[in-house]
Amino acid sequence: MDLFEHQAKELFARYGVPVPEGAVAATPEEARAIAAELAGPVVVKAQVKTGGRGKAGGIKPAPGPAAAEDAARAILGMDIKGHLTRRVLVEVANVPAEEYYAAFLVDRAAGSFLAMCSASGGMEIEELAVTDPGALVKVPIDPLRGVDHETATFIVTEAGLPADVAGEAADILVGLWKVMAGEDAVLVEVNPLARTADGRVLALDGKVTLDENADYRHERPADDTVGGDDLESRAKAKGLNYVKLDGSVGVIGNGAGLVMSTLDVVAQAGAKPANFLDIGGGASAQVMADGLGVILSDPDVKSVLVNVFGGITACDAVADGIVAALATLGEQGATHPIVVRLDGNNAEAGRRILDQAAHPAVRQVPTMDGAAEEAARLANAAA
Amino acid sequence: MSIFLSKDSRVVVQGMTGAEGGRHTARMVTAGTNVVAGVTPGKGGQVHQGIPVFSSVAEAMDSTGADVSVVFVPPRFTKGAVLEAVDAGIGLCVVITEGVPVHDSLEFLTLAGQSTTRIIGPNCPGLISPGASNAGIIPADITAPGRIGLVSKSGTLTYQLMYELRDIGFSTAVGIGGDPVIGTTHIDCLKAFQDDPDTDAIVMIGEIGGDAEERAAAYIEKHVTKPVVAYVAGFTAPEGKTMGHAGAIISGSAGTAQAKKEALEKVGVSVGRTPSETARLMRALLEAA
Repeated sequence: MDLFEHQAKELFARYGVPVPEGAVAATPEEARAIAAELAGPVVVKAQVKTGGRGKAGGIKPAPGPAAAEDAARAILGMDIKGHLTRRVLVEVANVPAEEYYAAFLVDRAAGSFLAMCSASGGMEIEELAVTDPGALVKVPIDPLRGVDHETATFIVTEAGLPADVAGEAADILVGLWKVMAGEDAVLVEVNPLARTADGRVLALDGKVTLDENADYRHERPADDTVGGDDLESRAKAKGLNYVKLDGSVGVIGNGAGLVMSTLDVVAQAGAKPANFLDIGGGASAQVMADGLGVILSDPDVKSVLVNVFGGITACDAVADGIVAALATLGEQGATHPIVVRLDGNNAEAGRRILDQAAHPAVRQVPTMDGAAEEAARLANAAA
Repeated sequence: MSIFLSKDSRVVVQGMTGAEGGRHTARMVTAGTNVVAGVTPGKGGQVHQGIPVFSSVAEAMDSTGADVSVVFVPPRFTKGAVLEAVDAGIGLCVVITEGVPVHDSLEFLTLAGQSTTRIIGPNCPGLISPGASNAGIIPADITAPGRIGLVSKSGTLTYQLMYELRDIGFSTAVGIGGDPVIGTTHIDCLKAFQDDPDTDAIVMIGEIGGDAEERAAAYIEKHVTKPVVAYVAGFTAPEGKTMGHAGAIISGSAGTAQAKKEALEKVGVSVGRTPSETARLMRALLEAA
């Protein structure tokens, strides 16, 4: 789970990483009150989980409370790259004299953690990596040893941070590593890590991604998915592994790899998939019904493709699940054609069950490629 | 022959007395696997499904000569279970468990890297050498023994390809898992298949995220002389969304299916557009040989 900037900064503060003083507001009036409390120039920042906020007008300086209220009014409700702004962070304005970059992440290729640091922060780091790759220092971090002050000093020195801030910056890196290790994060990034005109070093921005597999051993911030895609929220509430896409063929399959592959085969057949939905190995009737329910309530869906390879689960059990799911759904289950491909373990028995049920919406195609073609044809014909 | 797992493998199941562990142990036994022991802390001395249970991997290895462990314990106990197997000096540890925290995986993978234990997984279906042994949850009745080797991140795509090529058969199929950090990689399996006298050709299945397929392509160019066909899933996946597997996510321009396909084709690997086409490519390669 990605955190909002204000959530990331709350974590930073808890682990001793200096951040600007501030608070989060959901209304212009709250923003005004926070600015009055902070006394002095503030900056009002849109809280959205995407980059490019500044360019989109989502970050505005305000000399005082009235200006902060106006800025918040302009920013709240703003759509930034498809993300609705519901809150703003109002914090003391700090003018950076120098901007650095610091991050810890999981290095998949090396199978370890990686520290990245640069004396040239501020810009998009992907951009820096292209324009001036030498300016970005990468240091592997041993998962068993972590980051102590010595390692942190090595990192900031390698990155070329000025000698007079190296000690302070190293302390901050140790604090950021503690966030990484202590909170089971997979990414902790500060851009910019700034030196202010009066010589302090602090995190002016913060990005943290937490490992959801470790949620059981932490108190996590509330997952703010309000305002997310409605179908995705509903699917999530039912425990479904669902991602909304922008096409017209609803897709259900078992196993992440097979579903990803099914989306590709639908696209090759000349239609666009409406979603990713993996119902897992078990494929029970209830999960099938929940999945079909979400997909059939997507107004973009014109046809549905159920692609199941019976591995551990036998296809006759899957077929029973489909029949039971359609019975549960009633009329909703008959609104769009449903193309079913069953193959693998007990495929013949599964197909027979669906033939005998003779549901008006269901048609069977024995191969994955053929079924995708049929679903694509039906979706395009209904468009 | 086969890779990593043979009819002589002696398998211990960690978490055998749990529901999942018990169910899949029965399947492994039916598939001809020599399951010699189960391990559940505190349940040593019991007999479960006719198999002796020990309280630790070390005891199980001492008493039964087990050399392969399959881990079915829940995510919060997985790190401890794997480290126990590593400490006991097991040769191969197959971690089926899904949902292991990345920090835990990095810890046990790093320690395993300093030991003699090979880890497969976590979050993987395991591996099967059809007709000889099955360590994990891959259905054993899809295909018979044969001369194709297969390596994949995805379970169901493994089953799909095994099914499409079931008349030819497989030496070993390895599901390496869909997590961002895993033990045994595509490259480890390619190397083992290249060295295995009973494998004639290799199917490699990849998916979006990371750069394992690109690195595998570079390895194939230098070290693999046996024919390889590949399939990559996720051409239609949008950026920044996790597609089921925790590791299956496109970040910026990195990790796309197109980039992986191009990297593989550049080194002469035929890449199928669908699983069926991939199977046809393999068939054509074997017929031409």
